[in-house]
Amino acid sequence: MEEALLLARVQFGLNIAFHILFPTITIGLAWLLVVFRVRYERTRDPAWLGTYKLWVKVFALTFAMGVVSGITMSFQFGTNWPGYMNKVGNVAGPLLAYEVLTAFFLEATFLGVMLFGMNRVSGRVHVASTIIVAAGTTLSAFWILALNSWMQTPTGHVIENGVLIAGSWLAVIFNPSFPYRLTHMLLASGITASFLVAGLSAWRLLKAPNDPSAAKTLRFGVHIAAVLVPLQIFVGDLHGLNTLKHQPAKVAALEALWKTERGAALTLFGIPNEKEKRTDYAVMIPKGAALILAHDADAELKGLDAFKDHPPVAPVFFAFRIMVGVGVLMLALSWVGSWVLRKKTPRWLLWCFAAFTFSGWVATLAGWMVTEIGRQPWLVQGILRTADAVGDASGAEIGASLTGYILTYAALLLSYMVVITHLSGKGAQ
Amino acid sequence: MIDLPIIFTVLMGAAILAYVVLDGYDLGVGMLMPAASRDEQNRMVASIGPFWDANETWLVLGIGLLLVAFPLAHGEILGALYLPVAAMLVGLMVRGVAFEFRIKAEGWHRELWNWLFWAGSTLASLAQGFMLGRYITGFAPGFGYWLFALVVAGGLCGGYVLLGATWLVHRTDGPLQAKAVVWARWGLLWVALGIGLVSLGTPFASETVREKWFDFPRTLGLMVLPLGTLFMGAWVWFSLGRSDWKPFAGAVAIYVLAFLGLAYSLFPFVVMDRLTIWDAAAHPSALVFMLVGTAIVLPFIIGYTFYAYRVFRGKVTGGDPYL
Repeated sequence: MEEALLLARVQFGLNIAFHILFPTITIGLAWLLVVFRVRYERTRDPAWLGTYKLWVKVFALTFAMGVVSGITMSFQFGTNWPGYMNKVGNVAGPLLAYEVLTAFFLEATFLGVMLFGMNRVSGRVHVASTIIVAAGTTLSAFWILALNSWMQTPTGHVIENGVLIAGSWLAVIFNPSFPYRLTHMLLASGITASFLVAGLSAWRLLKAPNDPSAAKTLRFGVHIAAVLVPLQIFVGDLHGLNTLKHQPAKVAALEALWKTERGAALTLFGIPNEKEKRTDYAVMIPKGAALILAHDADAELKGLDAFKDHPPVAPVFFAFRIMVGVGVLMLALSWVGSWVLRKKTPRWLLWCFAAFTFSGWVATLAGWMVTEIGRQPWLVQGILRTADAVGDASGAEIGASLTGYILTYAALLLSYMVVITHLSGKGAQ
Repeated sequence: MIDLPIIFTVLMGAAILAYVVLDGYDLGVGMLMPAASRDEQNRMVASIGPFWDANETWLVLGIGLLLVAFPLAHGEILGALYLPVAAMLVGLMVRGVAFEFRIKAEGWHRELWNWLFWAGSTLASLAQGFMLGRYITGFAPGFGYWLFALVVAGGLCGGYVLLGATWLVHRTDGPLQAKAVVWARWGLLWVALGIGLVSLGTPFASETVREKWFDFPRTLGLMVLPLGTLFMGAWVWFSLGRSDWKPFAGAVAIYVLAFLGLAYSLFPFVVMDRLTIWDAAAHPSALVFMLVGTAIVLPFIIGYTFYAYRVFRGKVTGGDPYL
C-alpha cells in the first residue's frame, strides 16, 4: 500500500510536471503570436509574416504536447486518485468541466483555423482566430488555477454527508490565494515564452548573424522579459505573504524555520536535516526572515514545531532557492541584455540567451514543486489527505504504467527540444 | 423536478458518440497510413490536420462529464480499466505529437514519425475497443470475458477504418479516393463481422442484456436497430464509388445505431449491474452549475465547429498546406 502510494505520487508528479512545461510556453507564446500577427496585418512587412510562421510552428508543436499530456492527467484523477473525486468531486469536477467547455474547444477549433486557414479566411478573421486561441489558453489557466488555488486555500464549500459541495461558487473560484497564484503563473508563462523566443532567436543569430527577423525577435523577447521579471518578483513577494497568512507551514518549510521565534534569521543556503530538526552548514542573515516575511525585524514567525502536519522540508527548501536563484539570473540577464542590445549584438550575449532558452521551465517547475510539495500531507488543505485519496491499483500496475510514461515522456521531451531548436536554427523564411 | 442524472447521461452519451465518430475517422486515417504511398500519406494527414485536436477534445469532455456528473462511476470505471487506459493514453500521445513532428521532420525521421503515427493510432483504437468490451460486461473476470473484449477491440478498429476510409472518399479524389473505396469495403466487412459477433456475444455475456432484448413483444420494436444497421451497411456498400458523401454519412449512421443499441442495453446502469446513474450522480449543486454552463456554451461549440468544417470544406489537394 505504502509502495503503491509512493508510485502513484511519483507518477502523478511526473505527469503534471511534464504537462505544465507546455502550457507554460503556450499561454505566453500565444499572446506574442498575436503581436506578430497584428504587426504583419498593419505593416504588411514580410519579416513579420516570416516571424509569425516560424513561431506558430513552435506553438503548434508545444500545444500538441500540452493537449496529449493534459488528456493523460484528466484520466489519472480517476485511475489513481478516486478518493479525490469521491470527496471533493462536486467542487473540483465542475471547475475542470468549465475549462473543457469554455477553453479547450475554443483553442482546439480555432487553432485549426490559425494553422491551416491563412489562405482560406480573410486577414481579419485570421487575426481574430489568433486572438481567440490566446484568450482560450489564458481562460484555461484561469480555471485550472482556480481549482489548484482552491485545493490550497479552500473556501466557499459546505460539508454534507461527509462529502464537499459548493456553497458559493464565487467563493470557491475566487478563493484567497487565487488572484496571486493566477497572476504569478501568467507572468511565469510570459517570462518563459519570452526567454524561449529570445534564446532560440539568439541561437539562430549565432548561426546566421544577419537574419533581420531573428534580430527583431531577440530584442522583442529580451525587452518583454526585462519588464515582466521585476513585475514577477513583486507579485511573487505578495504571493509569499498570502501563503504565510493561509498556509504558514509551507512557508516555515521553505524557509527551514524549525522553531517558533521572534526576529527569526533568514537562511540563504544550507542543508535541512529533518532528523535533527536543524539546518546544517547554514548561511544566515540575522532577523532576515522576520524582515522579509513580516516586514518587522522583531515579529514572531511560526516554526515547524508549531504544526502537527508539515511538508517535507528539504525538497521545498531547495526548490524555492532554485526558483529564486534562476529568477535573479533572469532579471540580471534581461536587464544587461536590454542595455547591451541598444548598440550591438555581441556573441557572448547570444550564448548567454541561448543557454537560458529553457530557464523559464526550471523556475516554473521549481515554483510548482514549492507550492505542491508544500501542501503535503494534504491533497486539499485541511480537508483531504493525499494518502486517503489514492486508488487501489497495485504497485505492479502502477509500476508498469509509470515505466511506459517515463519512456514516452523522455523520448517526447528530447524530440521536442531537438525539433524546436532545429526549426529556429533554420530561421524564418 | 427535472431529472438531472438523465440529462447528464444524455449529454455524456452525446459527447462520447461525438468523440467516437470524430476521432474515429482520424484514428482510422492513421491506421490506413501504411496502405498508402508517401504522397498520399501527406494528403491523408492534411485531410485531418485542422480537426484532430478538436476531435480529441470530445474525449476530454466525455470523460469530464463522467467525472463531474458521476464521480463514483468515474473512479470505478477508470480503476477497473487501469492498464488499457494507460495504453490508450500512450497511443494518443504518440500519435498526437507524431502528427506535428512528421510535418517538421525530414528523411528517415519522417518515416519514423509516420510509423509512430500509425502505431499510436492503432494502439489507441485497440485499447478503446478493449475498454468498451470490458465495460459492456461490467468488468467480469474470466477468460471468456477477456476474449470478448479482444473481439470488441478488433471490431472497433474495423469501425474506425471504415470511418477513416469513407472520410477519405469524401475529402479526396483521384487514385487515393479509388483506394479509399476499396479500404472502405474491407472496413465494412470487418465491421459487419465485429457487430455480428458483439450482438451475438453480448446476450450470452450478460443476463441483463439478454432480458432486455428478448422480451416479446418489445423485441419486435427493437428490431428497428439491427435492421436499420443492416440497411445502412448496404447503403454504404452500394453508394461506395457512386457518391462522395453518402458512404461517410452511412458509416456515421451505423455508429449512431450501434450506440443506441448499446445505450439501451446498459440503461440505467453506468457500471453494468452495479451502479445506476442515480446511485453514481453528483450532488445537485454541482450538476446545476454544470448544466447552466453547458447550456450556454455548447451551442457556441457546435456553432464554431460547423464554422471550422465549412472553412475547410472541399477536396484536399496539396500535400502540406500547413500555413
